[in-house]
Amino acid sequence: MILEMNNIRKSFDSLEVLKDISLSVDSGEVVSIIGPSGSGKSTLLRCATLLEQVDGGEIRYLGRAACTEENGAPRYASPSELKELRRAFGLVFQSFNLFPHYSVLKNVMEAPMLVQKRNKEEVRATAMGLLEKMGLESKCDAYPCQLSGGQQQRVAIARALCLKPEILFFDEPTSALDPELTGEVLKVIKQLAEENMTMVIVTHEMPFARAVSDRVIFMDGGVIVEQGEPEEVFGNPRQERTKQFLRNYEP
Amino acid sequence: MSFSTMLSTMAVGMLRTCAIFFLTLLGSLPLGLGIMLLRRSGNRFVSRLTQVFIAIIRGTPLMLQLLVWYFGPYYLFGVNIKGWRFPAILVAFIVNYAAYFAEIYRGGVESISIGQYEAAQVLGYSRSQTFMKIILPQVVKRILPSITNEFITLVKDTSMAFTLAYQEIFSLAKQISASQTSFMPFVIAGVFYFIANYAVAYAMEGCEKALSYYN
Ligand SMILES: Nc1ncnc2c1ncn2[C@@H]1O[C@H](COP(=O)(O)OP(=O)(O)OP(=O)(O)O)[C@@H](O)[C@H]1O
Ligand SMILES: [Mg+2]
Repeated sequence: MILEMNNIRKSFDSLEVLKDISLSVDSGEVVSIIGPSGSGKSTLLRCATLLEQVDGGEIRYLGRAACTEENGAPRYASPSELKELRRAFGLVFQSFNLFPHYSVLKNVMEAPMLVQKRNKEEVRATAMGLLEKMGLESKCDAYPCQLSGGQQQRVAIARALCLKPEILFFDEPTSALDPELTGEVLKVIKQLAEENMTMVIVTHEMPFARAVSDRVIFMDGGVIVEQGEPEEVFGNPRQERTKQFLRNYEP
Repeated sequence: MSFSTMLSTMAVGMLRTCAIFFLTLLGSLPLGLGIMLLRRSGNRFVSRLTQVFIAIIRGTPLMLQLLVWYFGPYYLFGVNIKGWRFPAILVAFIVNYAAYFAEIYRGGVESISIGQYEAAQVLGYSRSQTFMKIILPQVVKRILPSITNEFITLVKDTSMAFTLAYQEIFSLAKQISASQTSFMPFVIAGVFYFIANYAVAYAMEGCEKALSYYN
């Protein structure tokens, strides 16, 4: 297992956002998470990527614990261990969050050099390869403000991939984009899926989720209501809530 | 007294004014950063205390602060203050300007979106790397116009060293004007301040241009 999350609980003040959620992701698996607004999808990703602290439950990457539970309270690993574990995952944000003062190439190259202490020439070669794959090799000297949203998001994907994560999380990677730009981003994610990149994707793009995923998870009210192969969940949902939700997306 | 003698006498004052200006910036720009970090400290007590300190510095006249820093050691501790004049002037200016810079820095830091911190965190940047490489450069660009304002105010504020009878350009102008019954020293001082501020504005505009490659 690349990622194991067991019995994750998370509240904001009195609002229970994640109620005992468990999620495991195997190597090479592509998992889509769908669900209505406020169901806790982003919070789940933010807990997995250690941006948010859980109130209880376990998180493991490659079998190594980032967080365990002791007497009902979460216990996070030491800062140095967490630093190691962060290498296992990457995250692509809805709002890209590129560094505006860096060129495209520097956005992609800095973390591998600074954080992983990798050789500059090797990182440059890797970064250029990724930018080429994203169709952005001509933009490596541009600044983020000179790029379209779709281009910025592809840079953000290259930036995450350059650190060679075992698993990549996406939180609604196309929601901030104009409809005509979503296609180019979905295309590169699809390509990554074909290359067996392990991914967890929160999305509202149902046809995309259906086409690209090995497993689809439907979340509502802080719990996983239903999960299974895309054909099952989309073609023949068992739960009433799933049916109701998917009806909104029918053409 | 001929014009050229007047000018060369006042040149010493100009140098002293420049010394106050540059030494104040040298001290207050980094000190402001430290004060800003204390102000934003997670420790409530530290942050409150810093807030009170900033309020006092900003809420009292610089001229009064000059007197307090200069005479304070004598009245409070009975210390001999001989030779303390110039250091006291610098301390007063540095502390005063650092408080203003701290608040400008704070505004800049707080205007950076949380997404920048989160992206850096997920990429594995340490807290200090995030601040030095990601946050600070963006803050500098945003606060440059406010910093320019402070610089220009400081050029003129240096004249307050007059309060402690320090012979910078303003004190000298007043003195020479009285002894020579001449208006000329004031004109010279005025032209000096104007040119100094013009140079500051020009330099800062250059900095803004240099940082305009992104937005
Ligand atoms: N930092 C926070 N403080 C307080 N409440 C929060 C915080 N973050 C999220 N919430 C609340 O938690 C709930 C779940 O939010 P979350 O962002 O995980 O939903 P989501 O499924 O990602 O929704 P969307 O599809 O709109 O992105 C919402 O009710 C939200 O208001
Ligand atoms: Mg969300």
